[in-house]
Amino acid sequence: MNLLEVDTLSLTIGGTQILKNMELSVAPGEVMGLVGESGSGKSMTALAVMQLLPHAARATGRITFNGVDILAATEDQMCALRGDDIGMVFQEPMTALNPVKTIGEQVAEGIRWHTRASRADAEERARKMLDRVGLPSAKFPLSRYPHQLSGGQRQRVVIAIACALKPKLLIADEPTTALDVVLQAQILDLLRDLVAENRMGLLLISHDLAVVTEMADRITILRRGEVMEAGDTARTLSEQLHPYTRQLAQASMHVPARARPHGAGSSLPLLDVEGVSRNYPGRRISLFRRAPDVRAVDDVSLSMAPGQSVALVGRSGCGKSTLARMILALDRPNAGAIRFRGEAIVGKREAALKPARRDMQVVFQDPYGSFDPRQKVERLVAEPLHLLERRPTRAERREMVAHALHEVGLDQRDMDKYPHEFSGGQRQRLSIARAIITRPKLVVADEPVSALDVSIRAQILDLFAGLNQKLGIAYLFITHDLTVARAITDEVLIMHEGRIVERGKTSEVLDHPRSEAAQALVSAAPDLHRAIARRMQEQG
Amino acid sequence: MVRADPSPPMTAYLLKRLAIAFATLVLASMVVFAVLEILPGDPARLMLGMNASADQVELLRNQMGLNAPLAWRYLHWAGGLFSLDFGRSYTYSVPVIDLVRERLAVSLPLALVALALSTIIAIPVGLYSASRRGRAGDTVAMGAAQLGVAVPNFWFALMLIYVFAVWLRLVPAGGFPGWGAGAWPALKSLLLPAVALALPQAAILARVTRSALIEVLNEDYIRTARAKGLPYRAVLWRHALRNAMIPVLTILGLQFAFLLAGTIIIENVFYLPGLGRLVFQAITQRDLIVVESVVMLLVAAVIAVNLAVDLSYAVVDPRLRTRQ
Repeated sequence: MNLLEVDTLSLTIGGTQILKNMELSVAPGEVMGLVGESGSGKSMTALAVMQLLPHAARATGRITFNGVDILAATEDQMCALRGDDIGMVFQEPMTALNPVKTIGEQVAEGIRWHTRASRADAEERARKMLDRVGLPSAKFPLSRYPHQLSGGQRQRVVIAIACALKPKLLIADEPTTALDVVLQAQILDLLRDLVAENRMGLLLISHDLAVVTEMADRITILRRGEVMEAGDTARTLSEQLHPYTRQLAQASMHVPARARPHGAGSSLPLLDVEGVSRNYPGRRISLFRRAPDVRAVDDVSLSMAPGQSVALVGRSGCGKSTLARMILALDRPNAGAIRFRGEAIVGKREAALKPARRDMQVVFQDPYGSFDPRQKVERLVAEPLHLLERRPTRAERREMVAHALHEVGLDQRDMDKYPHEFSGGQRQRLSIARAIITRPKLVVADEPVSALDVSIRAQILDLFAGLNQKLGIAYLFITHDLTVARAITDEVLIMHEGRIVERGKTSEVLDHPRSEAAQALVSAAPDLHRAIARRMQEQG
Repeated sequence: MVRADPSPPMTAYLLKRLAIAFATLVLASMVVFAVLEILPGDPARLMLGMNASADQVELLRNQMGLNAPLAWRYLHWAGGLFSLDFGRSYTYSVPVIDLVRERLAVSLPLALVALALSTIIAIPVGLYSASRRGRAGDTVAMGAAQLGVAVPNFWFALMLIYVFAVWLRLVPAGGFPGWGAGAWPALKSLLLPAVALALPQAAILARVTRSALIEVLNEDYIRTARAKGLPYRAVLWRHALRNAMIPVLTILGLQFAFLLAGTIIIENVFYLPGLGRLVFQAITQRDLIVVESVVMLLVAAVIAVNLAVDLSYAVVDPRLRTRQ
């Protein structure tokens, strides 16, 4: 018998149809992968099972959990189920924990609430659970607060909360999307073990086909609130009968067509970083003492030729963003030199940096957060134009914005719109338009596609590749995603604990990593081909 | 409960706040002193009256130390403040400290009761409103709060006197029997003034509590708490309220200053012999040494309350304990 049975579930929020005749089931001990792009209704399905939908939501159909009709259950009945028989893990570990309560309180709270255990008993069980998820008492006493933990550690706490009472069903909504690949692999291992230990059903929600393929026994593919295809994971993905399944699979393995590296062999390097270090003062440990300085970037040297596309790959916290900030002259190194087109940029005054700023631009990860919502596109995209020697006239400015929009595949009429009128992928096109409007020689892109759906990601990667060919722009891609590095870069630098530990041709380094850090990254990175092959093999 | 071990940075936080509070106090004393220096009027002439001769005035000025250098006089006065020697009142001819002590016995309980009342009213109303946002209960509560912000406290005072003193005859309409008459009669006569002071403050505080809670209720960790199986009510009390406390505490600290200013009006309406009335009378009689002392006292009180608020931030939010 199935543990969870979702049958002809339809959901509307304020007149908008979110789900339409949704079907889904999870058996005990089974991992069901729910895949779809953003806005397809994955998270709403999870919230419907938990009955934590927004007030305006109206659901029809049937959700049966362990014999209980969820849609007809009272709030009291749901409170008894939530946290006890159904646990839930969320996407964003940084904000999922209450900042003013200790992790011990937060794990013990659910235990006390459901079992009426004494405080001491509940804390003992919380301790065991935290040990189980890999937070041993020596380093992680119950008295720790969330802000004292890293993202991966916080996600372990959230999993401990969800699994503290050995639920029959765990719903994990993008549990690893915010984590780097190595942490992702660890968290997925943990979830897999918990499923095996307790014969727990797991509903794993993700936009990442490779992750789901590695984890799920069966898969349900959702698009705009409707199930496109559902069935055995290996068969569904190897046969790819449904066109949408094929489209998703192809997009997640997409490699843009690129000619050979541009302009290589030129004598003058575009960017030359020499022995750069950056220290941050250590945490204050007493009134007069501080912990030793933290070396965020430690004696890093690198060089980029014009038109070259380089990936800077490393786990979160390895110093890659700090290095990028120094290259962009947004932060000053404690030691070392940075030369851009032969000119030193360290220690220069802002006015003197103007030519350098014009020739290097940046694209950030979050297409939602990097625009002022009250400004029109024309103004947003034209922003870097103040760096030009001569101020363009209004007509010239509109002309340049229109041209930049055209280059990134947007319509020039879009310049009179506001950012909220664009989708996530379109907004990332806008940030690229803003970056290329001054015709820069270097674009630093910090995780430029990690917030995007696979099909959009494929399009944006194509756009990057095309602009590289057409305009000869060099890229420094900062990423923890090896598929992105593989798809779009010629050279790769592997960064670990502030140092560059390996460098070379992208395909060589990723196929035959030599350093430990690179090996860890490569083996942890989910890969759809590999995952399908493994599944097929297991099933014979 | 699982408590975090007290960390060394907490001591640093405490010392830093204390130093800031002290510096503010010194700065405020300089300003108060300077203002009094600039104001026209010779205290010695005021004390002796218009008919005194120039010699007599000069003699008294020497006695009072008014002819000493400015810096010396400031240090003398500021040093006196530390030993609670505020000087003598020109009009009452008694040490200012005696006047203040007597009045403080009325004003301090009044302010504290008002502060407590406004908190007791505001937080439950804010919780109630936030939990039924947009529904009828919320609209009514926030409508009432709007009224509370708009209507001045002396009008509340008059209405309260009319209903509870004149009509129902539950409490006296004004005056203060003194603490010697027993705790209950004294408290009873402070009740209406405290309510009149508290209502407008409660109205502001309720609105702040509501909006802070609504913001917190959208946070991810509220959903985590709900997913644990806690009923909505428990989530509100255990998870939302404490996180919403920072803006509420800020307003509470700022309100204390307004509360002190409010006592000047309310004490006059209820005929209470408090600090507010003292300073009011002292201003009309140009008894500047009393004004100066009371102002310094109020400044110290406000600084102390804000120090307490700063420290309570760190109690509420562990993240502030380690921030530099």
